[in-house]
Amino acid sequence: MKEPALSDEEVARSAAHTTLGHEPPEKDITDGGPDMVQFLDAEGRRVPVTDVNGPYAAYLEDLDAEAMKGMLRDLILVRRVDAEGFALQRQGELGLWPSLLGQEAAQVGAGRAMKPQDYAFPGYREHGVAWCKGVPPENLLGLFRGVNHGGWDSNENNFHLYTIVIGNQMLHAVGYAMGVQRDGDYATGDPERDTAVMAFTGDGGTAQGDYNEALVFASVKDAPVVFFVQNNHWAISQPNDKQFSVPPYRRADGFGFPGVRVDGNDVLASYAVARAALERARSGGGPTLIEAFTYRMGAHTTSDDPTKYRISAEVDIWKKKDPIDRMRKYLLAEGVVDDAWLEQVDEEADALARRIRHACQTMPDPGHEEMFAHVYAEPHRLVEREAAEFAAYQAGFED
Amino acid sequence: MTTPTAAPAPTSTAQRTTIAKALNAGMRAAMERDPKVLLMGEDIGKLGGVFRITEGLQKDFGEDRVIDPPLAEAGIVGTAVGLALRGYRPVVEIQFDGFVYPAFDQIVSQVSKMHYRSLGKLRLPMVIRIPYGGGIGAVEHHSESNESYFAHTAGLRVVTVSTTDDAYWMIQQAIASDDPVVFYEPKRRYHERGVLDLGGGVPDLADAPHRLDEAVVRAEGTDVTVLTYGPMVKVALAAAQAAELEDGPSIEVVDLRSLSPMDTDVIEASVLKTGRCVTLSEAPTFTSIHAEMAAWVQEHCFYHLEAPVLRVGGYNIPYPPSRHEEVFLPDLDRVLHAVDTVLNY
Repeated sequence: MKEPALSDEEVARSAAHTTLGHEPPEKDITDGGPDMVQFLDAEGRRVPVTDVNGPYAAYLEDLDAEAMKGMLRDLILVRRVDAEGFALQRQGELGLWPSLLGQEAAQVGAGRAMKPQDYAFPGYREHGVAWCKGVPPENLLGLFRGVNHGGWDSNENNFHLYTIVIGNQMLHAVGYAMGVQRDGDYATGDPERDTAVMAFTGDGGTAQGDYNEALVFASVKDAPVVFFVQNNHWAISQPNDKQFSVPPYRRADGFGFPGVRVDGNDVLASYAVARAALERARSGGGPTLIEAFTYRMGAHTTSDDPTKYRISAEVDIWKKKDPIDRMRKYLLAEGVVDDAWLEQVDEEADALARRIRHACQTMPDPGHEEMFAHVYAEPHRLVEREAAEFAAYQAGFED
Repeated sequence: MTTPTAAPAPTSTAQRTTIAKALNAGMRAAMERDPKVLLMGEDIGKLGGVFRITEGLQKDFGEDRVIDPPLAEAGIVGTAVGLALRGYRPVVEIQFDGFVYPAFDQIVSQVSKMHYRSLGKLRLPMVIRIPYGGGIGAVEHHSESNESYFAHTAGLRVVTVSTTDDAYWMIQQAIASDDPVVFYEPKRRYHERGVLDLGGGVPDLADAPHRLDEAVVRAEGTDVTVLTYGPMVKVALAAAQAAELEDGPSIEVVDLRSLSPMDTDVIEASVLKTGRCVTLSEAPTFTSIHAEMAAWVQEHCFYHLEAPVLRVGGYNIPYPPSRHEEVFLPDLDRVLHAVDTVLNY
């Protein structure tokens, strides 16, 4: 079907509704509104300090040129990891890949704001957070290749396993934070010790019972947790207006703690807001909800077909808000990076992609007897019996 | 001849107590043994829980270890997962059997699978206590026997108790287990009495009379095996005793204790001896622990069976209004009727 030719404004208004004849939303849903914290606009220009972003400006002060280069490098490499994951799925090496395309800045901002002792509870699209926490990207692939259900040691990098059931991990994060409280690992003033927990979900996740219970528990227990909601505007095929009437950041107020909307395509703003919230949590100030206003540029996963439910003109608007473009423009203009440096990072990205591809293609299939391993931590007669029966049955086919 | 297992002779530190109090004492001992043990559940603090199982524990261990959470079962179990990931051993109380379903997703999707999906790197040493079963004249959702749901889920251990001794020891063993355990407490037996040696201080778990996953023969017999657990053990023992008094059949009563895994050695040994088997529980029979026991017995004791395995359980209907309980729940007569049927087959 040929898509109608619409002005940008019309597209923006129509983006949130279907062809079923809804009244168009009153405002441009691609605009985060006056409450949104932003430091870099879509053109890569520093936004003047205002009442809205002012409270967070201090968190950028110690961000030197090297740190900002590091963030741009993260953004570029993470996008490359994602592109490789997508390609590997298309080539049949992975069963599925959930792309983070468009959400790099939100994830890198949050990830770089975390300290090593801070614990992340991701959904399944947080490849950028995984990167910042030090999880090798190839370790993410086993889950999507069907080799395992989680190929990394959560406690090695304080990055929990991906959680597929939407919202489950929000409660785990709050419980973990309650454990931090009981260990006395917060509000001590010791920067190496004080710990915060960060829970990640999307706009769709905010409807789940677990999500809302997590916010209630965190509030009542004053837990050192930050809820980081990446509002990428689409819960598979359902736009924001099918998910909530009040945006996530404004709902925090009802739970009794601050909520803030940040431009999730602005890595500096995402970093500053996440850092403020994490420091608040670590110092005993309690939970914060961050809504990172961003966009899912790709499909929900490689199994999805967004052309069935959204118009490409909407995607075109968001292309102009690209998180990498704006950071690149900003750092080029500031003279922090130059073309040679960018070329070098691109080469690094290519090498990383080759490494991931090689790791994926050479990832051994597990021996089938391994499917009986780790069902229980302690001996279990039924599993042991079946494992033995299975081994005997398989042995019957040998020679 | 039926010879119910004799109660241990009271020693100087032995005392008559109830299942409720034994559970309380067991949790107290576990909390004293390991500072990482936490309790969490609706109204378990000042009130001591609606059944008073945790009475006095918040007073003695503080609000950080005996936690009153908001009223949300998924929230309670989900945050307990997080606490366990941080190194704690949460013991969660679900107020009533019928209130566990909001937490079903967390239990089935997360609690049961965390060890497996982490390739053994993560452990969730948590206990989910559920008062279950009927017979107390309660309103709906307060009398269910939903143990099959969890026994069906790999990664969970499911146990239940029928004596004060088991209440005291099994709750401690469940808390000490590195696997998640769903711990079913027969609410209508909470105030049943038994003799328990609560000796001096924190007991050594190595002294526990049985393993957590072990079935126990509660009454020896030669003619028919009754496989049962939890609140129905008492009914089975009463049936064995009644039959004995009337010079009727000799009934062997096997108390499963662990529903997952099932101690098939004890089941098999008993049925190979008696050649007849009746399963007994309050749960509806369709796709149930009954069904699993019956399937096991026919698969492993086939040539020794003199009669088909019969199931005596709740009818396959929603738990009825309590005015029906008397006939819905298996009783002595239904057990003896089934025993007669397999004997006369």
